[in-house]
Amino acid sequence: MTAPQSSSNPRRAFLAAAGGSVASLGFVAVAPGLHLMAVGEANAATDARKAGTAASPTVRWGLLIDAGKCVPGCTKCIDACHTENGVTEKLPDPRQNSQWIRKIELVERRTGHATQLPMMCQHCANPPCVDVCPTGASMKRADGIVLVDRHTCIGCRYCMMACPYKARSFVHTPLHAQNPEVPRGQGCVEACTLCVHRVDKGQQPACVESCPQGAMMFGDLNDPASDIARRIASVPTTQVRADLRLNPGVRYQGI
Amino acid sequence: MFTPNPRHEERLFYVLAAIGGLVSAIGLAAALYMEHEGHVVTGMNNQFVWGLPHVVSIFLIVAASGVLNVASMGSVFGRVLYKPRAPLSGLLGIAMMSGGLAVIMLDLGRADRAMVAATHVNLTSVFGWNMILYPVFYALVAVYLWTMMERRMNPYSKVAGLATFIWRVILTSGTGSIFAFLVARQAYGSALLAPMFIVMSFSWGLAVFIVVQSTMYAWNDLHLPPLILQRMKNLLATFVAAVLYLTAVLHLVNAYFAQHLDFERFILLGSEFAGLFWVGQVLIGSLLPLALLFHPATRGRVVWVNIAALLVILGAFFQLYVFIVGGQAFPLEIFPGYDVKSSFMDGAVDHYTASMPEILLSLGGLAIAFTMTTIGVRVLHFLPQDDLVELEAAGSITD
Repeated sequence: MTAPQSSSNPRRAFLAAAGGSVASLGFVAVAPGLHLMAVGEANAATDARKAGTAASPTVRWGLLIDAGKCVPGCTKCIDACHTENGVTEKLPDPRQNSQWIRKIELVERRTGHATQLPMMCQHCANPPCVDVCPTGASMKRADGIVLVDRHTCIGCRYCMMACPYKARSFVHTPLHAQNPEVPRGQGCVEACTLCVHRVDKGQQPACVESCPQGAMMFGDLNDPASDIARRIASVPTTQVRADLRLNPGVRYQGI
Repeated sequence: MFTPNPRHEERLFYVLAAIGGLVSAIGLAAALYMEHEGHVVTGMNNQFVWGLPHVVSIFLIVAASGVLNVASMGSVFGRVLYKPRAPLSGLLGIAMMSGGLAVIMLDLGRADRAMVAATHVNLTSVFGWNMILYPVFYALVAVYLWTMMERRMNPYSKVAGLATFIWRVILTSGTGSIFAFLVARQAYGSALLAPMFIVMSFSWGLAVFIVVQSTMYAWNDLHLPPLILQRMKNLLATFVAAVLYLTAVLHLVNAYFAQHLDFERFILLGSEFAGLFWVGQVLIGSLLPLALLFHPATRGRVVWVNIAALLVILGAFFQLYVFIVGGQAFPLEIFPGYDVKSSFMDGAVDHYTASMPEILLSLGGLAIAFTMTTIGVRVLHFLPQDDLVELEAAGSITD
């Protein structure tokens, strides 16, 4: 009696093929998780997104801002943001200038405790600006970054009415000398993009990089091994207007 | 009432049409200027996102829906008195909707992308719904007018009228919901706004109808039957009182919530808008018209009923100005319990002044509605024809 040849047994061949397929599918299903862990170990902040590939829904980019480290009078994050994104126009009415990021000074009424912090688009998981946009120009990318499509924004400003953080600006004037990587447009609404053009190259947002105090941290909130996720897990942090349940991607420490 | 000399009547029509056309053209030119220079030439900014053009266009859109109530009273609710008035109410509905949409579309930052708005519709947005609500409104009113003015189509006018009635209730609910769906602003975000806008539309639309109807009767040297005047002024008074009631409820409920108390104090007592609210909306737009519509010395006279209707229209502009501009003048409460300040007007009450291009664009929208109405009533048969015998019967039996 001879041992059966596995390769010549049709049933075995079928099972082997089917098992292989299942294993492949399993690998594909598990791979993103493994890949994430690898990224988490290799780079605490970001990893470049390959050209032509979609943003990953397993990632949620976010910021942690330590208001306690934010120095009064310092505008380095604002300057870096506006230089990086070509937000340079200075109109006679300052309320008509775009402000992608601004410093807010806070004094608690009861205690008089004073602090300050940078405020920008909070990249909500449930963004009201996206809900109200009539054309879908306001959108949330798979990785949590909230953006405005310059080609479909009609400039109705409904998103500005809806944003609880006053994070959006309307371009009130013709623009010149733009940064090619950051297209802007007269008559369109715009806001912090989390420097998506830099993030896709594996870099940090300009504001984070510019802060001399290291008050801002950028990373993947979904990756438990990332610095930002570990910090959020270990210190008390605040979501601004948490009562609205918008689940912002920007968290604050020290307020 | 003003009655032109028949010899000059035709000339006067052309003068009115020319003035309307000219102001419409100036409004269009203002929009082109804004489009070319950017909104830097307006008084609007990142604090006052919406301004005077939105006040005027929302008035026209809301009143356009409401003016059709006259038609609905006849077609849907079977009121004999209103049936001959249905075609005129349809014309006014289309004319005011056109003026209102023209202003709001021309104020867009990218008015050239109207086609994008029509082809990319986000159905979670009330503005997105508008891309469906407005075209269907036009279509339904056009069909409704056809069924009323073409004798062979008369049997279908009740169905068309019912469809129009339902549609405009949805449409005006949508207009109120534009503000009702704003989660973060103290002035808005109330479900009450949807029904409130519907009642506002009834009031403003009827006021416009009364003024236009009276002008047409005077133009043709006719007298409005007293029964019609009486019914319409009673209906107007009911709507004005209902708007006042809903306004009171809205503010009382808001004032009951500690989180909205600062805003209520601001809008009702401690700001430039408090005077506009109490004097403009409450006194001029509500109490004075109610007094004129009920006082024995004025309630039966066409001229006083018309003055009351004009005051209701004036009050509507005050109301929307306080609601839209006043609502944005108050700072967003991003950090409750904190005093805040920034380079972006955080924590600060702001002041809005409309610029000339905005004023001209707004007037242009009103002029579009005026011109369409003037030409419409001239070239087509919109003057109500009352059967007095039927009217008397209706007055004593069904109405």
